[in-house]
Amino acid sequence: MTAPVSIETVSKIFGAFTALDAVSLDIRAGEFIVLLGPSGCGKTTLLSILGGFLSPTSGRVTIGGQDMTYVVPSKRPTTTMFQDYALFPHMRLVDNVGFGLRMRGLARAERDEKALGFLDLVGLKASAGKRPHELSGGQRQRVALARALAVDPDVLLLDEPLGALDLKLRRQMQDELKAIQKRVGTTFVHVTHDQEEAMAIADRIVVMNQGRIEDFGPPSQIYMRPRSLFSAGFMGEVNFVSGRVAAADASSAKVETALGSLALPADNFTASAPKAGDRITLTIRPEHFRADDRAEGPTVTLGEARVAGSAFFGTHYRCHLQPCATDTRALVAHLPQSASVREGEIVPLAVRAADVVALPATGHA
Amino acid sequence: MLRRIFANVLSWTYLVLVYAFIFLPVAVLVLFSFQDGRLPVPPFNGFSPQWYEAVFVDRKLMAALGNSLIVALVSSVISVLLGFLAAYALARYKLPGSALQRGLLIAPMTVSYLIIALGLLSLMNALHIPLSLMTVGIGHVVINLPLCFAIIYASMGDHHINIERAARDLGASDFKVMALVTAPMLMPSILAAFFLSVTFSWDEFIIAFLLSRFDVTLPVEIWSMLRSGLNPKTNAIGSLVFLASVAVLLILELSLFGRTKKS
Repeated sequence: MTAPVSIETVSKIFGAFTALDAVSLDIRAGEFIVLLGPSGCGKTTLLSILGGFLSPTSGRVTIGGQDMTYVVPSKRPTTTMFQDYALFPHMRLVDNVGFGLRMRGLARAERDEKALGFLDLVGLKASAGKRPHELSGGQRQRVALARALAVDPDVLLLDEPLGALDLKLRRQMQDELKAIQKRVGTTFVHVTHDQEEAMAIADRIVVMNQGRIEDFGPPSQIYMRPRSLFSAGFMGEVNFVSGRVAAADASSAKVETALGSLALPADNFTASAPKAGDRITLTIRPEHFRADDRAEGPTVTLGEARVAGSAFFGTHYRCHLQPCATDTRALVAHLPQSASVREGEIVPLAVRAADVVALPATGHA
Repeated sequence: MLRRIFANVLSWTYLVLVYAFIFLPVAVLVLFSFQDGRLPVPPFNGFSPQWYEAVFVDRKLMAALGNSLIVALVSSVISVLLGFLAAYALARYKLPGSALQRGLLIAPMTVSYLIIALGLLSLMNALHIPLSLMTVGIGHVVINLPLCFAIIYASMGDHHINIERAARDLGASDFKVMALVTAPMLMPSILAAFFLSVTFSWDEFIIAFLLSRFDVTLPVEIWSMLRSGLNPKTNAIGSLVFLASVAVLLILELSLFGRTKKS
């Protein structure tokens, strides 16, 4: 089963600390949603409120159209996969997976059959008679998933479930999670602080910071068209360049920066439409710098820069480029393997106008 | 070289003396329970099982043995149950004055058995409750409950909280969480508390003496036998009591430490 989830201006206050500040979010049935943010951003608090382990200070939560704000966990159409797996150490795997069915009054034969089916789904049918301590971390992970899915929840909540696994296993489990989610069709809400994990599995990502939602959308949109400086910085390496809108009309804007001025389409102002005089920050991903300004269509240039250092990273060269115009911080650029850059060389700072996102400047930018 | 040998001899002598100090009384007790004669004092006249036969045909002793067993088992079950519930409440819920409540629960451990027995005796008199095995059992719950609480409370770690949450999340009621998840997870410490309670109740004398009347427990019966003078029969019953305690300890060791090694 599956159900949409609606979070309406939910706040949670612990004493003097505001963990969630009027968060609203609509999740479609069958979506794989990832709550992404640094520790303390409120993502786990939000998940606990969805699971019923915490009640919001104010606001409303509905699942499948029904008000769930104050319903206890055992009466909700949700199950949670805990970070430490929380398997029952004294039970065999088949009993672990069948526990929820037992609580729903299923007879042993029937629940064992269903439990074995779910163990099969995660590839552990052969270990049904084992106990959790005989398993590896990745296997426990799978049992926790099977146990949470066995009761056919409308919404599965995953609390940093891959945090304890090593990198290789984590990548593998991400693919498995995604495949299983597609197969069962349940709405998944997954919490993580790893932006690569978020991009690997999410249909839509919710970027959170300090109890607020900073950005919400498909991974490509969050990465290419971030709607906040925090979101831009959290999703990967990015260069910030401060500037000012010199002139703006409905379709484009002229921006002045210390590196020179450039014209940007109005669409690139993702947070709010440009107005002349606005203080803004341009965000440029390192891979958007072009090795030479002739390739791949029209580019804009931010003057020239001296290559202060470069290192070969396999998929690209990572270069520090010191702009010639000012002595501000060096920019980071990822240039293609084919590029031949030498330290001390002068290169143009060329980017495609469409790749530069302009956001309102804030104090820390 | 010589110094090392000397140090070795010294430490071995020390070891032997310590064990002799602990176990010589028991060894003597067991040895003279086989005395072929009327007095359990040296010289040892040779082996005879006659005093054990005498113990097993002694109706009063056998009745006392049965009483002791009943009191030990029933009072220990109650102590463990109450101790578990108290530990669960204090470990999992925010209760008013929880530090104070913990202190109050453990406090009886510091009070001497004599004082507890006297207190209970005057309470029973005031309430006009006749003395019986039940009153002895109540006394043993009073002394064993703090022990059970302390052992079980100490083993209730925070890492169990998420496991209980998971059970609740999967639809278990509070009672089912306790019965199907919490108690089985804590089984090693629950068993340890139970067996320790049994051994404490099994050879407790003062409370059993002051709070019983017609039906008495084994230690009280042995005491009344001793009043009529030394007799190898008391050695025989003493040896049996010792054997029972050793058996409980062995069960504890095997069932518990065997388990914890595995998990």
